[in-house]
Amino acid sequence: MILQGENILKQYHHKGEMINALDHVSFKVNKGDFVTVTGPSGSGKSTLLLALFGLIRLTSGNIIFDGKRIDNISDRQLTEIRKKSVGYILQSFALIPYLTTIQNVMIPLALEKVPGKEQVKRAREILEYVGLSDRMEHLPREISAGQQQRIAIARSIIHRPQIIMADEPTGNLDPTLSLEILEFLKKINRENKITIIMVTHSPVAAEYGTMKLHLNEGKIMESGK
Amino acid sequence: MTILKLVLIELWKRKSQLITGLLAITLGIAVIIAIQSVSVVSERNVARNLDNLGANILVLPQGASIDDYYTSDIDAPTLPMDYVERILTSTIAGVDNMSPKLTRRVKVGDQSVVLTGILPKSEIASKPLWQSSGLLGAELKTTCAPNQSANKSHGLEDDKLKRKAIDTLNSKDCLAGSQVAKKLRLSTNGRINIMGKEFNVVKILPETGTVDDDRIFANLHDVQQLLGIENQVSAIEIMGCCNAISEGLLGQLRNILPDTRITTIGQIVSTQIETNQLMKKVTLIMLIIIFFVGGISIGNYIWANVNERKREIGILRMMGAKRSIIYKMFLLKALILGVGGGFLGYLLGTFAGVILGPYLAGIVVKPVYIYLLWSVLFSVAISLAGSLFPTYLAAKFDPHTNLQED
Repeated sequence: MILQGENILKQYHHKGEMINALDHVSFKVNKGDFVTVTGPSGSGKSTLLLALFGLIRLTSGNIIFDGKRIDNISDRQLTEIRKKSVGYILQSFALIPYLTTIQNVMIPLALEKVPGKEQVKRAREILEYVGLSDRMEHLPREISAGQQQRIAIARSIIHRPQIIMADEPTGNLDPTLSLEILEFLKKINRENKITIIMVTHSPVAAEYGTMKLHLNEGKIMESGK
Repeated sequence: MTILKLVLIELWKRKSQLITGLLAITLGIAVIIAIQSVSVVSERNVARNLDNLGANILVLPQGASIDDYYTSDIDAPTLPMDYVERILTSTIAGVDNMSPKLTRRVKVGDQSVVLTGILPKSEIASKPLWQSSGLLGAELKTTCAPNQSANKSHGLEDDKLKRKAIDTLNSKDCLAGSQVAKKLRLSTNGRINIMGKEFNVVKILPETGTVDDDRIFANLHDVQQLLGIENQVSAIEIMGCCNAISEGLLGQLRNILPDTRITTIGQIVSTQIETNQLMKKVTLIMLIIIFFVGGISIGNYIWANVNERKREIGILRMMGAKRSIIYKMFLLKALILGVGGGFLGYLLGTFAGVILGPYLAGIVVKPVYIYLLWSVLFSVAISLAGSLFPTYLAAKFDPHTNLQED
């Protein structure tokens, strides 16, 4: 098991009312799982994704990653875990607009202070892997949405994380490109044994999961493989 | 890829913002450098002039003005030479040396020149350039003449600045100022006829930048005889002890010479010194204003940059960038702006000083290289101080808040 959530509670105050964004959620994820998290808007899917590695702090509950509790450690330690072990893919690609493809992909390595030559070597390899070796010096605005998402995927795996957190990775793409990205995530999951937790609205994307969680009003309504 | 490279790329890709950010700090530094460059040269000039003047007290006939003394008109009033004796026989302390002078504008050929009669043994030849021309005599016995440390305070460390007297100036010999020598085409060991009397030009004096350049100096007794003004002088230059002047030497002199006008040459220069001090105060005030205005301007620029890059900050924090990385990103940017602004400000300010100095202040301004270090340090301090608060706020952003803007 790589990740476990126990009784996760996240409450917000909204207009004087207490809202349970996550209402005592529990789950277990094994290494190499491809987890899809579905549910209607406002069900708590993205909150769960952000809460797992400290981007949002929990009200109560435990999160265990790689055998260690991480819900009660410092921001600094959580940042270190995100840097070394987690890759993020967002719906809007989250690329830095003034950096080229290769420069965007190298950022996680720069944060880990990997030497420059090693950064370039690994970035070239990974861009070849995602089929963008001919777009290395392009700026994000100069390439298509599908290609931008592939850059984001390359960036999320370049530092060899244990787990990828994907928040609606196909939300901005047409059906053909969506399938291309989903196939790509599946490939990464199988070939590199990287665990993926993917939040999605799409029933087609949800079918890619080897484990499925369905949330409604902050509660897990359905969990299965 | 490094954080520094990330900062440099961001700066380069947003050039227009970079120029705006640099402009305020560059102009601020440039103004200070320009003022400071002009005033430092002005101060050095004043110090040099003080040393060139040598004497610091001027005894003039009653009703004569400083202008009369300098223009040396034919009808300029005179005072009896006995007054030198009167001072010598008094018990007044602090009079180190006296140099009586008779000065008149005379015609040499068709040129008008100023003829000055001096007593060689007592003529104060403290003018550094005179001394370097080989007119060194015995050192005058002074109670408080400028010493080396005093010279150093004027930025002049030349050991020759000790006050010395001209040894001899024989009858029929004269010294010619550089300008008058040019005008009359005189050369050393040449001859000149003044009012029917032949003089040997024993020395062409080097250029001093003072009225001396337009004068011919001859023995006082010869000049008195030549002009028909026996036992009269135009002025007595006194080298007075600085401490004695401040303790009332002028008043004591006025008591024994009631029908004279006694002034300190220092008063003339002190006006210029006061102006320089005023310039220093203005520079300090501007420095404070520029520190705040520049700091606020840079702070505003960095804050706008932080807001523009909220998502980027969120992305970096999500990927594992510590708060220290965010500090590093923005403070490095501020440091680069500070170094750039300081460097450009120095160049612009120095250029303005060099170009405008001769027009505005009538002085030749040269670059003061040490100001480059100070302007960069000051500019970096402004830039970092202005950027600190926006950077602190940027580092405190919750990553998810900015990512939710997606």
